[in-house]
Amino acid sequence: MLRKFVVTIFVIAGFCIQCSVFGSFAFAGIIPNLMIILTSSFGFMRGEKEGLIIGFFCGLLNDICFGGFLGFYALVLMYIGYINGKFCRIFYPEDIKLPIALIITSDLSYGIICYILLFMLRGRFRFAYYFSHVILPEALYTIVVTMFLYPLILKVNEKLEAHEKRRAQKFV
Amino acid sequence: MSPVIKRKGERFTLPSKYLLLILTILCTLLMLITFGTDVFNRPLNSVVGYVVVPFQQGIARVGGWLSNRSEELVQIRTLLDENAALKEEVARLTEENTLLQQDKYELNNLRELMELSEQYGEYEKVGARIIARDSGNWYTSFIIDKGSDSGFMVDMNVIAGGGLVGRITSVGPNWSRVTSIISDNSNVSGMTLSTEDNLIVSGDLKLMADNCITFSQLVDSRNLVAEGDKVVTSNISDKFLPNILIGYISSIDKDANNLTKSGLITPAVDFEHLEEVLVITDMKQTVTSE
Repeated sequence: MLRKFVVTIFVIAGFCIQCSVFGSFAFAGIIPNLMIILTSSFGFMRGEKEGLIIGFFCGLLNDICFGGFLGFYALVLMYIGYINGKFCRIFYPEDIKLPIALIITSDLSYGIICYILLFMLRGRFRFAYYFSHVILPEALYTIVVTMFLYPLILKVNEKLEAHEKRRAQKFV
Repeated sequence: MSPVIKRKGERFTLPSKYLLLILTILCTLLMLITFGTDVFNRPLNSVVGYVVVPFQQGIARVGGWLSNRSEELVQIRTLLDENAALKEEVARLTEENTLLQQDKYELNNLRELMELSEQYGEYEKVGARIIARDSGNWYTSFIIDKGSDSGFMVDMNVIAGGGLVGRITSVGPNWSRVTSIISDNSNVSGMTLSTEDNLIVSGDLKLMADNCITFSQLVDSRNLVAEGDKVVTSNISDKFLPNILIGYISSIDKDANNLTKSGLITPAVDFEHLEEVLVITDMKQTVTSE
């Protein structure tokens, strides 16, 4: 219950910050993708199911506010969360390399999927331009933000897990 | 044994791959349904209106306050100089104004004589504040802090500083989404003010950094359109009210077909530093039916 509450706060706060605060911190008009950080880090910390549910709701929020129709971002982010959840078994909290690698891969693939479905299908074929001017800067900026945000998410998750363990022991 | 079957005394949990499948089907259905209709827009937009928009309003207000304070500190010195210069200008302009007032009086008299009414009356406008920008980097839309409670509807035109910003594409009770004309998925039917030739103005992500938008399909058989010409919304557009300034032509090229021309337009609005916008509450339909 507490976990659901905390994660909801994380998603809503992340979304608000992404579209309000980072708008003024944009480098060359590029803003980082906090939704990817949340989806993918909860994915590899907690497993496939949590990853895909958080991804779904992050995407749905994006769909309602900025999407032309519902379900597109929800679908993309849901699969990203699910695939990140596959890496739950080889995730150790001390290791920072795997999270960074996973988040950068997730953001790059998110960008490429968006390019293919939103731009290439409308006849904008200069992939090299869009890759170097939108997708790559976004991934790099996202990684910079990850450095600050990820330790916070990790710490909160540890606290939650400790809390859940205590409650489980109380039942036994 | 199938993992879905429930054992006695065990809490029912759905394996993640089944959940993934169910949600995938749900998303696909949602996309198919909402592509043509907007049945879910009303409830979902209200939910967002109560959950997200208050936070965004708060953040936008704090952010605006902070940036105002920092700007104040920087600008005090320049403002003092500017103030002196402006005072001189005020004196000059007051003089000019009295002259113009006389002209206007004369003009009104002449108009009455010729029974000319102004071609386009003043549109009803409502101010709104931008509280959030697009969370992605592909399209340029933003959210303003008023919605259907203030009488806003989808397709209302949005202007700022005398130029066209875009149109409303989605409304909730206390927020609405504005898709701007520089967004890559936006097309506006416009015309050159001097020659009244029609053209299509489209946003382009590649030119966004240069603060430009493209135009195409300009039929200019008499070769009269030149760089610097004003481009306004055309009177054949079904979404945009006529004669709203879009921008100025900054370059013009002949297309390969030798019939039409295309080129670049510098928008009249500074989209990077947009904070408040005006929403025109008159719709195109009501204007044409009058």
